[in-house]
Amino acid sequence: MTPVALSTFGTLIKSMFNFSFLPEYLPLFVRGVAYTLLLAFGGVLIAIIPALAMALMRLSKNKVINFIAGAYIAVFRSTPLYVQLSIIYLGVFSIIRIPTFYVFGFVNVAMFIPGIVTLALNSAAYVAEIIRGGILAVDQGQGEAARSLGMTQSQSMRYVVLPQAIKNILPSLANELITMIKESSLCGAIGMYELMWAAKATGNSTYLTMSPYLLAAAVYFCINFPAGKLIELLERRMRRGDHR
Amino acid sequence: MAITDNNPIISVKKLTKRFSPKITALSDCNIDIYKGEVVVIVGPSGSGKSTLLRSLNLLETPTEGEIIFDGVNIADKKVDINLHRQRMGMVFQHFNLFPHMTVMENLTLAPTKVKGIPLEEAKETARKLLQKVGLADREDAYPIQLSGGQKQRIAIVRALCMQPDVMLFDEPTSALDPEMVGEVLQVMRDLAAENMTMVVVTHEMGFAREVGERVVFMDGGKILEDKPPQEFFTNPEHPRLQLFLSKVL
Ligand SMILES: Nc1ncnc2c1ncn2[C@@H]1O[C@H](COP(=O)(O)OP(=O)(O)O)[C@@H](O)[C@H]1O
Ligand SMILES: [Mg+2]
Repeated sequence: MTPVALSTFGTLIKSMFNFSFLPEYLPLFVRGVAYTLLLAFGGVLIAIIPALAMALMRLSKNKVINFIAGAYIAVFRSTPLYVQLSIIYLGVFSIIRIPTFYVFGFVNVAMFIPGIVTLALNSAAYVAEIIRGGILAVDQGQGEAARSLGMTQSQSMRYVVLPQAIKNILPSLANELITMIKESSLCGAIGMYELMWAAKATGNSTYLTMSPYLLAAAVYFCINFPAGKLIELLERRMRRGDHR
Repeated sequence: MAITDNNPIISVKKLTKRFSPKITALSDCNIDIYKGEVVVIVGPSGSGKSTLLRSLNLLETPTEGEIIFDGVNIADKKVDINLHRQRMGMVFQHFNLFPHMTVMENLTLAPTKVKGIPLEEAKETARKLLQKVGLADREDAYPIQLSGGQKQRIAIVRALCMQPDVMLFDEPTSALDPEMVGEVLQVMRDLAAENMTMVVVTHEMGFAREVGERVVFMDGGKILEDKPPQEFFTNPEHPRLQLFLSKVL
């Protein structure tokens, strides 16, 4: 290797492992993680009820109802989250104005609400499909037995099918949460103080091009990897307890 | 209950069921079922037995024809089918007990939620019926903890808890280990002895002969023969039935 290449390589290594920013910028990262988790958990949580409604709409024999939910799901699953964020944050919420107001000292409600709303709208499309799949995976005979006893469609759903579908739904729902923890990084791109924003802000003011992002990557990994493993474990245990 | 009622409790008229333009599961079926009768339906697999039985409580919607239950055409879309289903118990080949509920919860769910019977009263009814099928000690068990024969007896009790006028059975013993067939058939025999109106799809020819008051033979979506067991087994008319009997007897 030429001396020039060697020295470039050296600089790269040095910048990779230069964590001198930590003492000053660590609080930014800590707040970033909190912000990220708030967005992801909040988004998925808010999504559940509309998602359940859309899943049921998708299972409906009524073509119009079915189509409405289908169209919603198709739109949100076929367009990038970043585009959705831009449209909703920059577009919709420039019409609906929310006053600037801080909670926990660092969450600006005026930005947080559009962010979490978009994540929830996006998540609802995916969670709807998760719930629909979970319902369809319940043995058809269960609903038939319920109906044969005179239960209405909704009683059968509520007392017989859904309680059994939850077992199928929970693992995928947890996986959706992991996806949201990662995807919410896009909220940083439009200015929310989540984890990715913390990395970028640190990089911008310290001229470190790599280590802040490596730290962010490590934090994402340390949350999502164990979470994924835990889900796998629970899933396997649930399947073992599977019975009819 | 006496068998003197002249009007059939169920009357199937010109029933046709197509699952798709190519799949005709039933074509122009006619059958009357009277109060207190035990009608046994036999026939080769795929002949439409399940479809006919499931049409009786509208788990399958008829493509054409009428199903008159106690004077009401329940195939009519304007009819509230849930009201009529309460009066027709159904027992499935694979039991279809609710696995997330105990036996007692399985038995009281529909009576309390559908009929609005107070829980304690529903439990009392359930206990009496459990006693009758010899499973009084299993009310707190989950379905997974029961043998196949026990599951099916519970499934029968679950249907009976709604105090139905008719009981429909779709191959109730086909999924059971041979040693458990007897206990389920015994419960069905007892039920027949109490004059329950029963429509039973089964491959148990012994049951058809002993308990059946009429035996119906189906093939290719059609009812080809319908007569008392004595005649049915000794004097089969249709060549298809003769062939069928030569195979199963
Ligand atoms: N849900 C369904 N969709 C399409 N075809 C069906 C369905 N259920 C039954 N069939 C068809 O209808 C015919 C009669 O089936 P079935 O009533 O189950 O017969 P059996 O109970 O006598 O074995 C068969 O050809 C079967 O493949
Ligand atoms: Mg069948």
